Amino acid sequence: MHPAPSVIAFTTLSGAGFGLLFWLGLGLPDVTGWVAFVFFAVGYALAAGGLLASTFHLGHPERAWKAFSQWRSSWLSREGVCSVAALVVMGVYGAALVFLDTRIAPLGWLGAVLALATVVTTSMIYAQMRTVPRWKTPLTPALFIAVSLAGGALLAGRVSAAMALLAVAGLVQVLWWMRGDGALASSGTDMATATGLGGIGHVRAFAPPHTGSNYLLREFVFVVGRKHAAKLRMIALALGYALPLVLLALPFSHAAAALAAISHLVGIAVSRWLFFAEAEHVVGLYYGAR
Amino acid sequence: MTTLPETTTRKLGLVIDLDTCVGCHACVVSCKGWNTENYGAPLSDQEPYGADPSGTFLNRVHSYEVQPLATSAMPHPAAQLVHFPKSCLHCEDAPCVTVCPTGASYKRVEDGIVLVNESDCIGCGLCAWACPYGAREMDAAEGVMKKCTLCVDRIYNDNLPEEDRVPACVRTCPAGARHFGDLGDPDSDVSKLVAERGGMDLMPEQGTKPVNQYLPPRPRDTLDEVDVLAPLLDPVAEEPKGFLGWLDRTLERL
Repeated sequence: MHPAPSVIAFTTLSGAGFGLLFWLGLGLPDVTGWVAFVFFAVGYALAAGGLLASTFHLGHPERAWKAFSQWRSSWLSREGVCSVAALVVMGVYGAALVFLDTRIAPLGWLGAVLALATVVTTSMIYAQMRTVPRWKTPLTPALFIAVSLAGGALLAGRVSAAMALLAVAGLVQVLWWMRGDGALASSGTDMATATGLGGIGHVRAFAPPHTGSNYLLREFVFVVGRKHAAKLRMIALALGYALPLVLLALPFSHAAAALAAISHLVGIAVSRWLFFAEAEHVVGLYYGAR
Repeated sequence: MTTLPETTTRKLGLVIDLDTCVGCHACVVSCKGWNTENYGAPLSDQEPYGADPSGTFLNRVHSYEVQPLATSAMPHPAAQLVHFPKSCLHCEDAPCVTVCPTGASYKRVEDGIVLVNESDCIGCGLCAWACPYGAREMDAAEGVMKKCTLCVDRIYNDNLPEEDRVPACVRTCPAGARHFGDLGDPDSDVSKLVAERGGMDLMPEQGTKPVNQYLPPRPRDTLDEVDVLAPLLDPVAEEPKGFLGWLDRTLERL
């Protein structure tokens, strides 16, 4: 799959932002006034900034509001509904904290649930795709939730929770990669089933439909950078999970915590780049590119 | 609504004969020609005369080489070249429809055709992600998703002569490799053809239940003689006669 920068930025930043809003909704940390304002500003900048970035890859962003209508069937529509609901509820809850020094606890819990639901719906957009065997696993939502909660805990300054969640998220990440590497082969879809010609013999793509490129090749048959996948995985693991863990284990300082958060976000961005770049869409089989 | 209908009254679709297709790409050209100036946004090209041309097509023809396995009876089986037109299969369980967040993608109850309402399409591309066949292409100029409409603006068009009320690809195919009809009616010509020739689904394991069917290439004929022309290449006259005979004998004597 083509690793579109807008979608990588969206899943990375929004994941962390909604993770932070989740912890704030639970009242962890229990902040009010200006301190609350800063926490909520960071959460909104990440969550809403990511959402905004995701609209850049739309052909018609001005019609994006129509995407709220099909929540009964479409995970993308559900994501839109959940994200806006989470931002509205957390906005009211945050405003009460900042300006009224009042914590409306049930509203915070509702906001936390909606923030987490947004992350689940995002992950399900990918996990539902039977056409991308690497994504079609319950490990995909597990990974997105674990990374979001860990990143949120990191940003919320929940040191012990962040350490535990980073370890869990790192483990899920490694499991996701291990399963993913054999996913296409075990999916049962290959050139024989794609063409239906497997009964005759070995099928080889002889001539493509055209000499140039096309939308399908650009969007689904991305192969650049696969040779560096092993190195990038190590970088993602080190920056996204290991380094923040080490920094959190040190005696607390704001500089170390900030560095841990930045390192985590960079590592997760690398991991999300791989999430798309390594994903094999079965349409590539028709082009002999798998 | 992007939920799929429980059932459709008819299942209009194509039957593509891989035995007969000669890979001329006439269906590709006629499809582009009809659909760029009729239903919905035109099918744009980017840099059509430049170094890196590309464009939107609703139908593309691949070519595959199939190498049968060697057997003791046939130690060196010849590879077969199969031309393979591919367009939307108008699946019964179309995954492209249910992922659509705006309701722009839908499957019609009356004939099962999968269409895009382009004024509702936000160009998110998720339906193309969900399609295993590569049947949907985002138009780079218009920013909306394009796909085969089964020439919905031809097949019901009373302004056209009756023989033209079929999809453009079917109408133009010079080899008769493309057939159009109701695959939900077991007595239709296309259904009989599918039954007779063992029509197949593409990627059945994807669970899309495609309506379009592909007829597999027939087994190749085996010939006793390697070269049927060889007996005809023997010299017709061993001994020259007439003027050439006299010339031959005279030249021999010199």
